[in-house]
Amino acid sequence: MKYIAPSSVEEATSLLSTSPSAQVFAGATDVVPQLRAGRSAPELLVDLKKIEELVAIAKDDDKWTVGAAAPTANLTEDEAFSGEFPGLSEAAGLIGSDQIQNRSSLGGNLCNGSPAADSVPAMVVNGARAVIAGPNGTRVLDVAEVVTGPGQTSLEADEFIVEFELDRMPARSGDAYLRMIPRTEMDIAVVGAGARVTLAEDGSIEEAVVALGAVAPTVVRVPDAEAALVGGTADDETLSAVAEAASGVCNPIDDKRGTVAYRKQVAGVLAKRAVLIAIERAEQRNGSK
Amino acid sequence: MARTHITAVVNGDETEFLAEDGTSLLNALRDEVGLTGAKEGCGTGDCGACSVMIDEKVTTSCLVFAPEVQGATILTVEGLADSGELHPLQQCFLEGAALQCGICTPGFLIAAKALLDKNPDPTETEIRYALAGNLCRCTGYDKIVRAVQEAAREMRGQ
Repeated sequence: MKYIAPSSVEEATSLLSTSPSAQVFAGATDVVPQLRAGRSAPELLVDLKKIEELVAIAKDDDKWTVGAAAPTANLTEDEAFSGEFPGLSEAAGLIGSDQIQNRSSLGGNLCNGSPAADSVPAMVVNGARAVIAGPNGTRVLDVAEVVTGPGQTSLEADEFIVEFELDRMPARSGDAYLRMIPRTEMDIAVVGAGARVTLAEDGSIEEAVVALGAVAPTVVRVPDAEAALVGGTADDETLSAVAEAASGVCNPIDDKRGTVAYRKQVAGVLAKRAVLIAIERAEQRNGSK
Repeated sequence: MARTHITAVVNGDETEFLAEDGTSLLNALRDEVGLTGAKEGCGTGDCGACSVMIDEKVTTSCLVFAPEVQGATILTVEGLADSGELHPLQQCFLEGAALQCGICTPGFLIAAKALLDKNPDPTETEIRYALAGNLCRCTGYDKIVRAVQEAAREMRGQ
């Protein structure tokens, strides 16, 4: 294996298009265990962390731009970002230990393709977009469209994610992410639930997005829960509908972390709770961004 | 296999070593630099026994490819003591018997230092979360947590 650290996106894409057996990486927190397990054997390791855009975190009036290889610790420690997207910041902060947080990235968490990736439901509910570089320039794809199945993405072999774009959080909006694990730290989600709501001026729910992780081959949206929420308030009846819809979209597996029945049940509970936290945060964000 | 020439500041000293590109920083430190304080427990970033600081950030050196640290500043457990005088964390681990077999200790010391660098007065909960990436298979974590609390007190001059 040869290691190379390109200093520009163009250099990286040209390396990938001329090296059929190349593996891009950021923190390598998933890549190294996979190499060690013999699941891949690339000839070329392409370190994306020396490319400026890949590790930058910036905002303008319209959007945040988060480098795909930026360590998640940089994101959780960014007070402006964490204040605006507390749900996404908390989701990113759940990935592994402090040691891992200094290496793990949103790009890696997404492209590893784990159905249980914590940051993905939180990115999906916030409408995050991936800016993807390839030999013919860049294209933009909704984060929800990147992963196609466990360990699988829609990216071509010579493409990689440069950065994520997130529109600035509007007024009266909030996000949340909750995950169920049988301990308090250092585990993989049994179920993850993300929610984002925007309230109308009268306090009713104007927009709602709910997405679940670890209950299907990819992260799934819960359209029936979103429809139940929009136009009303989070009363008991609506929340029951949210829970029922969340349990209903689950297509989980039985494994050592949880059974199908347990995952379905927990998905409903977490979806409700995430919606309530998102609403509470939306109520606190009455002013401008 | 060709080896890459790597220059880094390790425990304050400009250090040069050769390593194959796919070699972990952990193995390069142990086999090429001769610093065997960092240990391999799992090799997959779960146990924290190989924790080192790279440019003042704690990480598991088993997940780092050696060439990544070209030009970086690295601190291993061997760099904690100052001219033969133990770091307060080391002294408190020793006095508080916060170890049994000692394999995990270098990683705990580095992770604890990373915590105290950022937060000189952590709560017990903050200590436990900061050390969640370090596993000890001999005993519980109470003595380790108390040693970190005691070292933090000393370092604050209390």
